[in-house]
Amino acid sequence: MSDKGKTNVSQGMSRRAMLAGGAALTGTLFMPKGLKAADYPTSAVNTTGLAVTDDTVTCGILHSITGTMAISETGSVQAEKLAIEQINAQGGILGRKIEYVQEDGASDWPTFAEKAKKLLVNDKVASVMGCWTSASRKAVLPVFEQYNGFLYYPTFYEGLEESPNVIYTGQEATQQIIAGLDWVNKEKGAKTFYLLGSDYIWPRTSNKIARKHIENFMDGCKVVGEEYYPLGHTQFNSVINKIRLKKPDVIYAIVVGGSNVAFYKQLTAAGIDPAAEKPLVLTISVTEDEIRGIGGENIAGSYACMKYFQSLQNENNLEFVKAFKEMWGEDIVIGDVTQAAYLGPWLWKAAVEKAGSFDVDKVRAAQVGIELPSAPEGYVKVHENHHLWSKTRVGKAQADGQYEVVFETADLVEPDPFPEGYQ
Amino acid sequence: MTLSNYMNRKELLGFVILAVVIFLVLPLALDTFRLNLFGKYLTYAFVAIGLALCWGAGGILSLGQGIFFGLGGYCMAMFLKLEASTPENTSIQSTPGIPDFMDWNQLTELPVWWQPFYSLGFTMLAVVMVPVVFAFIIGFAMFTRRVGGVYFAIITQAFAAILTILIIGQQGYTGGVNGITDLRTLMGWDIRTDEAKNILYFVNGVLLFAVLFVAQFVRKSKLGRLLIAMRDQEDRVRFSGYNVANFKIFIFCLGAAFAGIGGAMFTLQVGFMSPTLVGIVPSIEMVIFCAVGGRLSILGAVYGALLVNLAKTTFSEGFPELWLLGLGGLFIAVVMAFPNGLAGLWSEKVEPWIEKTLKKTKVAEAPGPNKAPAE
Repeated sequence: MSDKGKTNVSQGMSRRAMLAGGAALTGTLFMPKGLKAADYPTSAVNTTGLAVTDDTVTCGILHSITGTMAISETGSVQAEKLAIEQINAQGGILGRKIEYVQEDGASDWPTFAEKAKKLLVNDKVASVMGCWTSASRKAVLPVFEQYNGFLYYPTFYEGLEESPNVIYTGQEATQQIIAGLDWVNKEKGAKTFYLLGSDYIWPRTSNKIARKHIENFMDGCKVVGEEYYPLGHTQFNSVINKIRLKKPDVIYAIVVGGSNVAFYKQLTAAGIDPAAEKPLVLTISVTEDEIRGIGGENIAGSYACMKYFQSLQNENNLEFVKAFKEMWGEDIVIGDVTQAAYLGPWLWKAAVEKAGSFDVDKVRAAQVGIELPSAPEGYVKVHENHHLWSKTRVGKAQADGQYEVVFETADLVEPDPFPEGYQ
Repeated sequence: MTLSNYMNRKELLGFVILAVVIFLVLPLALDTFRLNLFGKYLTYAFVAIGLALCWGAGGILSLGQGIFFGLGGYCMAMFLKLEASTPENTSIQSTPGIPDFMDWNQLTELPVWWQPFYSLGFTMLAVVMVPVVFAFIIGFAMFTRRVGGVYFAIITQAFAAILTILIIGQQGYTGGVNGITDLRTLMGWDIRTDEAKNILYFVNGVLLFAVLFVAQFVRKSKLGRLLIAMRDQEDRVRFSGYNVANFKIFIFCLGAAFAGIGGAMFTLQVGFMSPTLVGIVPSIEMVIFCAVGGRLSILGAVYGALLVNLAKTTFSEGFPELWLLGLGGLFIAVVMAFPNGLAGLWSEKVEPWIEKTLKKTKVAEAPGPNKAPAE
């Protein structure tokens, strides 16, 4: 798995492939506004000393490309670079090409804070695409608030946050949880749930919301168990025995990272076949990226609740997947977070052009209400709480490592980072 | 002990140069952001100085200094977090007035052992004493049983791992893997402003010199000579009637105290504390700082911490995808070329050169029968 990122990064892409990818999207989706830099003098669009010249604007990319998180964050870096290339291919933002300064957070939270500060103070970047884990976001948040930077954060996360200096392009917890639980209840008749997860804030908060929803809003449903394991834990036999004893209808698993491999293998070995749906396995932590590590055959038949799957068949997504593969290689997979990361530069472009300025305060004001009909996941819109209105979808894992979409909400789900009644 | 016993001319020159670098050159040459980074590097120097005493002089290799750095840092972070978590600031929580991560973890009141950290006096005491007490327990348990060398190193490493797991596991009380973040003020003084960062840098520098003077005193005292004797021939020292364990415990505790101060200064300057600074990797990195600087030299330790961290920052900014290789190359180069680190480079290459040049000028000034033969 580890060689996937490396070879593709170093391969890069030919200029032609890049332009072709950009042009393909431009043609149907992103009608260029044809803005000319001359119409927007630098002195007018940049009154706060950002790194904006007459023909370029600089943004930052801040992810881990070394250390344990590199494997997860590589996809986000790739998506952001793709979006930037495509935007540049159609003329950039306000007629200015986007240049980026990339920094390595090295899976280390103090390093994230240091690099964030460097990007804002030294490089004066106009925005930053970055972070993945909640810990890294928490570490950089005071920096962004102090220096009034603007961060596009791609990961689905626990909510309970609404910073004026962050746009959250992933889902907050309620967007990812409630629709999925309702679906298994209605479609699969599930009544009893066993919650388990890795032991840190995101799984814990998510399970808290899940429990409240199951107990308070789903008739006759109950939680029969709730367990947490340290990050990197690989012995799930005891919980699997408990699950066999309690016989829940649904195993609600928020296991993250490498633990997933052990968890799904041991589940199958213990005779709980996800494909049999007895009990049914529902997760919010396994994207196509993770399946590459787990192995499709070990997880086939379980369900995941996300906002994006690579297999979505809408036109935006078909072109996105094509451009992504042209840039980064045929055998690459695209997970939920990667798609959310791809939205960052596009949302920024839309907000800057609406504001007619790169100044963070003006971009912030313009950002709310921005619509992106061209998103691979389908139409999204920025809520005034800085999260996105998105659809929620349920996918069924296939042996080939992809998800088959079995359900999608009819309407966009409103983001609600501080859910009433779920605290 | 007279002054000349305490510090000979050469050592005085070293201290003066370092003081000039820290208090004049760096502040004049760097903007606040970079200066703050150097302030952060210097907090690691506290640990490296302690290691130079424990390991270089005493021969006690600890791979767990991150424990003490972390404990000091966490004590400071707890105080700052409590100050930042006023009921007004945390009004959106289910239980206002407690740190945010406790609220996420469904705690409804402040744990008893957090209470004393409302007091700055207690916190400052705790920054030093918590690491010292912890070091004393480890040291007492190990050294009185004559556990040393590799076994001691492994055990300290195990403690570092245990403490990390404990902190991550008890997230309701410690902030877990996120650490304690979003620290704002110290007794109402906003530590996030540029002005505060500059002041903290100088406070850090002064404390560093205080620690250096203590370390120098220890090295030059009878204790320092005993440490070196213990490192080279432990049994002879024991047979001479000294209680070896007590000396070891003392120096280990002193190193822990230094590390604790460094950790507290880290928290103040960086604005948060997290378990990634406690574990095995940072602990080993701190040993590397000391080794690169030259493990026998306390001044070398400071330069080692500065150089390695500067290289880390520079490489990773310049080559975000390859920087680890560059850093690895640097370590290999230093160890191959200068087994005694930067201090070795200084004493083997630079000092003789200075002396030679000085001699030459002296000779040139005073021509006479003593004139050196032509070279």
